[in-house]
Amino acid sequence: MAMLSYGQALKQALDLALSVDQTVFLAGEGIGTSIHLDPNLPTFGLLDKYGSRRIKDTPVSEAAIAGLAVGASAMGLKPVVEIMFFPFMTLACDMLVNHAAKFRYLSGGRSAFPMTVRVKAGVNFGAGCQHSHNLEAWIAHSPGLKLVFPSSPADAKGLLLSAIFDPNPVVFVEEMLLYWMQGEVPEGDVRIPLGKAKVVRPGADCTLVTYGGAVYTALQAAGILDEAGISLEIIDLRTLVPLDKACMLDSVRKTGRLMVLHDATRFCGFGAEIAAIAAQEAFDALKSPIIRIAAPDTPVPVSPPQEAFYKPSPEQVASAARRLIAQGK
Amino acid sequence: MQKGVLDPEIRRSLYAGMVLIRKFEEKLVELAREKARVVGMQILAVGQEAVAAGVVKALQPDDVIVSNHRSHGHLLAKGADPKRLMAEIMTKAAGVNKGKAGTLHLSVPEVNALMTSTVVGAPPPLGVGAAFAQQYQGLPHITAVFYGDGAAAEGSVHEAMNMAALWKLPVLFVCENNAWAGAQCLADHSCVEQIVKRAAAYDMPGESVDGNDAEAVYGLSLKMAEHCRSGKGPALIEALTYRMRGHGEHDHGHYMDRTVLEDWAGRCPVRRLREHLTAGGILSPAQCDAIDAEMTAVVDAAVAFGDESPFPLPEAALEDLWVE
Repeated sequence: MAMLSYGQALKQALDLALSVDQTVFLAGEGIGTSIHLDPNLPTFGLLDKYGSRRIKDTPVSEAAIAGLAVGASAMGLKPVVEIMFFPFMTLACDMLVNHAAKFRYLSGGRSAFPMTVRVKAGVNFGAGCQHSHNLEAWIAHSPGLKLVFPSSPADAKGLLLSAIFDPNPVVFVEEMLLYWMQGEVPEGDVRIPLGKAKVVRPGADCTLVTYGGAVYTALQAAGILDEAGISLEIIDLRTLVPLDKACMLDSVRKTGRLMVLHDATRFCGFGAEIAAIAAQEAFDALKSPIIRIAAPDTPVPVSPPQEAFYKPSPEQVASAARRLIAQGK
Repeated sequence: MQKGVLDPEIRRSLYAGMVLIRKFEEKLVELAREKARVVGMQILAVGQEAVAAGVVKALQPDDVIVSNHRSHGHLLAKGADPKRLMAEIMTKAAGVNKGKAGTLHLSVPEVNALMTSTVVGAPPPLGVGAAFAQQYQGLPHITAVFYGDGAAAEGSVHEAMNMAALWKLPVLFVCENNAWAGAQCLADHSCVEQIVKRAAAYDMPGESVDGNDAEAVYGLSLKMAEHCRSGKGPALIEALTYRMRGHGEHDHGHYMDRTVLEDWAGRCPVRRLREHLTAGGILSPAQCDAIDAEMTAVVDAAVAFGDESPFPLPEAALEDLWVE
């Protein structure tokens, strides 16, 4: 195991995929030559290593970047394209939602689109709501797209490798503020299957389902709750589509309580789906109502005190858990 | 004019191809009136056959085409099996896409008719992707993308053209200008009368052609395809034609000027080629009639094949989304 940052772990996955499979190529805005000179960025140095045939800096054209991926994957290549920030996904959405997601179905299973779209997500970097807006629920609501949202360097590498070599279109969300976070990462081509959640912290009193950077909010909350004698079990979904329902429901049946946490807004957020599944399939096990902890239903504010207020905090999670335990039987 | 245009075999083949498309779509006009026979919008290109036949004749079998909502002619010209195409248009299980595509989203991978999108303006970026793969793999093939004058206003078309020109991708953009985008005529939706002018913005060659003259379309397409194939990047053809029917069979074109339609009816591309071939002694009227009868029989057989095929099972709606 090597200690790598989340960004370097992603780069290792890209590097490995490029080296073992000539049909893999990268394209995106500034992925070759970036305005940022930082070795923790996932595509840093790949242009030098692989050259401009395989590492394509593109025009600022999200629709064409996504179309490039759809068309090239239809021809058997494995494109890995980048959409710089999650809100810019709206510009690529026609190609993803109407084409990547639907074309295999429309072909009667005769075509395949083995493409990956990397996108940076994150709240709390002061850029405002046109750079910060987690739209994972939009993607999850489009049948035909897989959706991955890793939280750790090891998961980032293992899941990105699986995404690139998956025969279906995958949207791979990178939590950009984690790019510099260090963690142990297995060497070599170690893949983590899509659709497998992970219990990142076992606990007895309440299940908390989350993903992406919010996993760390959850871990901090668990520390606070430990002091109050409440034991939180944290599940990191890692892949949102396909969803590992079994992992989540097993935990709910064990603890009898469920909270869902995400940095995206609450209304029609991914947490609503988690809550609905648990209510339908584990109702008998629930001792108290399901709680969703999410961002308020406004755009992400830009002023630092407002942005900090906006993002769900460990204290919010801890206080929700206390309320839940107090309500329960 | 290119040498190939004079080849009698190519002229005969252009004629036969256009007659097939014409008979096929005229049959769809009939079937669209019988509600149970074909479902959904029937968006036809009756009168625009010379564009499909002329462009595709200039391509090679390994070249790729990407089409749009008005696709039947392009797919037939590329060699799609009329039976399985008709069955698909009827959304039957024996259709080329198992009844999942219907009339609007047909794809026929075995003839490299790889993608058809009804989202106006989507084919150009999709075609850029296909052409990128051809260039990336060092293949001597090109991708022809069909889009319309309406689609020319979509941002995605411009993104695609810039990217194709920047990377010198082998994309032949074919703007099939039929003068109508829904109920809006060209003057109502385009700031330029000649869409081909836009080629200059992307530093690619662009030429317009009489889209009702199959031989002229073929000749220009050969030249432009050669440009794309030689590694010099994309090219634009604007084929000037006319939408002889409504947007789809559900649209009776109340907003269209009958005298203009009659004028364009006089330029029917099928009749023009027939007259040209018979006048030039390439085909006798009897030989033309024989081709017409043969294609009528092909279309009748396609309809019978479609009629005989069952609909897909309802539960099969859940299949074909993922590669397992």
